[in-house]
Amino acid sequence: MLGRTANGLFWMFRYLERAENTARLLDAGLRMALTRDLASSQEEWRSVIQTAGQKTSYEKKFDTYTGSQTWNFILRDKENPASVMQMLDSVRTNARLSRNAISSELWEAINETWMQIKEMLSRPVTQSTVGQVVTAVRRGGTLVHGAMAGSMLRSEGYHFARAGTFLERGESTARILDIKYYLLLPSFSYVGSTHDTGQWDTVLRSVSGDRGYRFLNAGQIDARGIVEFLLLDTRFPRSLAFCHASVRENLRSLAKIHGVEARSNLLMREADTRIADMTVDAVFEMGLHRFLIEYMNSNAAIAAAIAEDYRFTG
Amino acid sequence: MADTPDKFDEMQKPDGSIRTAYGDYNSWYEEQAPDLLRRKHFEAEGSFRRTGITFNVYGENEAEERLIPFDMVPRVIAAGEWRKLTKGIEQRVRALNAFMYDLYHRQEIIRAGRVPERLFRNNAAWLPNMVGFTPPGGVYTHIVGIDLVRTGPDEWFVLEDNARTPSGVSYMLENRETMMSMFPELFTRMGVEPVSDYPRRLAKSLAACAPPATKGKPVVAVLTPGIYNSAYFEHAFLADQMGAELVEGTDLRVIDGRVGMRTTRGFQPVDVIYRRVDDDFLDPLSFNPNSVLGIPGIMDVYRAGGVTIANAPGTGVCDDKAIYSFMPEIVEFYTGEKPLLPNVQTWRCSEPESLAYVLDNLAELVVKEVHGSGGYGMLIGPTASRREIADFRRKLQSNPENYIAQPTLALSTCPIFTKKGLAPRHVDLRPFVLVSPDAIDITPGGLTRVAMKKGSLVVNSSQGGGTKDTWVLKD
Repeated sequence: MLGRTANGLFWMFRYLERAENTARLLDAGLRMALTRDLASSQEEWRSVIQTAGQKTSYEKKFDTYTGSQTWNFILRDKENPASVMQMLDSVRTNARLSRNAISSELWEAINETWMQIKEMLSRPVTQSTVGQVVTAVRRGGTLVHGAMAGSMLRSEGYHFARAGTFLERGESTARILDIKYYLLLPSFSYVGSTHDTGQWDTVLRSVSGDRGYRFLNAGQIDARGIVEFLLLDTRFPRSLAFCHASVRENLRSLAKIHGVEARSNLLMREADTRIADMTVDAVFEMGLHRFLIEYMNSNAAIAAAIAEDYRFTG
Repeated sequence: MADTPDKFDEMQKPDGSIRTAYGDYNSWYEEQAPDLLRRKHFEAEGSFRRTGITFNVYGENEAEERLIPFDMVPRVIAAGEWRKLTKGIEQRVRALNAFMYDLYHRQEIIRAGRVPERLFRNNAAWLPNMVGFTPPGGVYTHIVGIDLVRTGPDEWFVLEDNARTPSGVSYMLENRETMMSMFPELFTRMGVEPVSDYPRRLAKSLAACAPPATKGKPVVAVLTPGIYNSAYFEHAFLADQMGAELVEGTDLRVIDGRVGMRTTRGFQPVDVIYRRVDDDFLDPLSFNPNSVLGIPGIMDVYRAGGVTIANAPGTGVCDDKAIYSFMPEIVEFYTGEKPLLPNVQTWRCSEPESLAYVLDNLAELVVKEVHGSGGYGMLIGPTASRREIADFRRKLQSNPENYIAQPTLALSTCPIFTKKGLAPRHVDLRPFVLVSPDAIDITPGGLTRVAMKKGSLVVNSSQGGGTKDTWVLKD
């Protein structure tokens, strides 16, 4: 496979994951804003923009935070280089670049999703339609992943795509946690009363983990449990541990196909000691923020090593 | 322009009866409920959008992909008609290759005084660095599209030779797929020659032209300018169907006397490059030193037998309409036979007498730039306004060598499906021809382009023309 094509597949799925995660964030924000008074709902939208990593570009354009302003910016603003529409454009452009390496079913799933959402985002999104858009983005992601699972050869292209998906997903969960981490510190949770569990709920919702968490914890909600769930629970498909294991598995398949271990495999093994053998107490001892930063740095180094090992660009 | 009364309709005779080739289609059509056909018409468009068969139109602001209109009435050609056409096409393609070889070697046709030397000396597509070099297998034009028009039962003319990088074959293939899924019963009724093995034939034909340096099974790659090219869909489609890699210039590099493509395992040699880029973008060292595109040094590898480039660099000479005007002489010179397929009558404006005639008759003629393509930069006298004619007259007078003129032909019509039922529209035909040292292989069918507007003679997809599936009937 061409290095450029491998790069296309890797980024196609990173952008798809990013678009989906942004939609999840927005969904959690919408729910939160509905249950708040005006002042704190402004605060909530600011937090959504910040978590999406779009604060600088947003504040270049607006100096207030309202719901409709925020979701239109996140979803479709032409001045926002990281809008959901931009990301879906990138997904499709990369799919066109890699057209020969993906199945027709996968291409059609991507193309149909893109057409549908482009149509929905061709005019401003109102309160009554924002929910539909968010759902459509998530459904599109599901459709694409399903088409891939059912029709793609398990050759190197598949593993580049999957590695991209899980590197991005782990990164996203880590970033959300890093921005909300103060809510989850042990010292903070003792205070308890000033912040209701609604904030914790929003964190879980941002990664679509609310139902899974409640199911596993019999409805008992506490900060420590949430941290453990989002970082270390290998049953939850958006936890750092799960994403890490999935990246490792796909990199191992690549090494097997190529008949040689690459630098990315070595970096992955190093990262194992940081996450696979971790306990929640050790994380708090080390400091949650520091732990997350180290995780994100190691993720970035692995992504760079993959690009180099498999000659993505040169 | 208004339809000329003497135009030839391929389905219906002037007395309203149906020509033999369309007999089965017509009886099927009359059994269909109009509503059902209308629904199918919309289905077809949806399916094209989903699969992404689109075409970027140059000059559009947003560089968006557009659909080429697809018409669901097939264009039918009888077996006997097709046999005659293929003989003429084969003869012409043979002559084109012999002409190329001669142009880049002894130039006997010029010594014999049959074509003037200035013809290619002034031609930007003429490549001095091809002189004295013979491409692997002696093949210059591996893939040729010969544009044909028809004016009567036995009157077919060649309108244009596309010897550089003819496009449109993916539409031939996808149109057929669409027709088979929409109207399977028609295919059981009518016995249509298949076109679907074109990619396999292309792969085989290209592999047969592999260079001496090839080791083992030839590795074929399709070279595309990238996703913003108007024909990118076709490049990806053909690579996919052939099981070849789809590469861009940045994927290729000259290493140890071979052209290598950058794969996830490092650089691997490519034997045959089916290039869909212009000569200028092949090798910045040889052609365009200011270009950042292309593969530096590829021409040296080519001349040393390390790679096959299809079509060969420098074949664009034959797309020149001034050369076209000499094709009858060219065919005769190399085959020793009279051309089986005639040219459309052509006035070379470089010749004073012709120029005078053209200037006197601008309102009746079609005037084209010799290097133009895609229907751009041409004048269609009968539909042009006075002002357009006056403007064109000035251009023509200031640079007559740049133009040729042809009569406005009464192109044949085929029915298309409209809201009000079948209606005749003008068509042309581009059959696709594969050339290898072993054979000249013509796929039965081709791309029928159709002017969707009533009375219009412009069939180019860049200007609103559509396409039809072309059916060559079995004997």
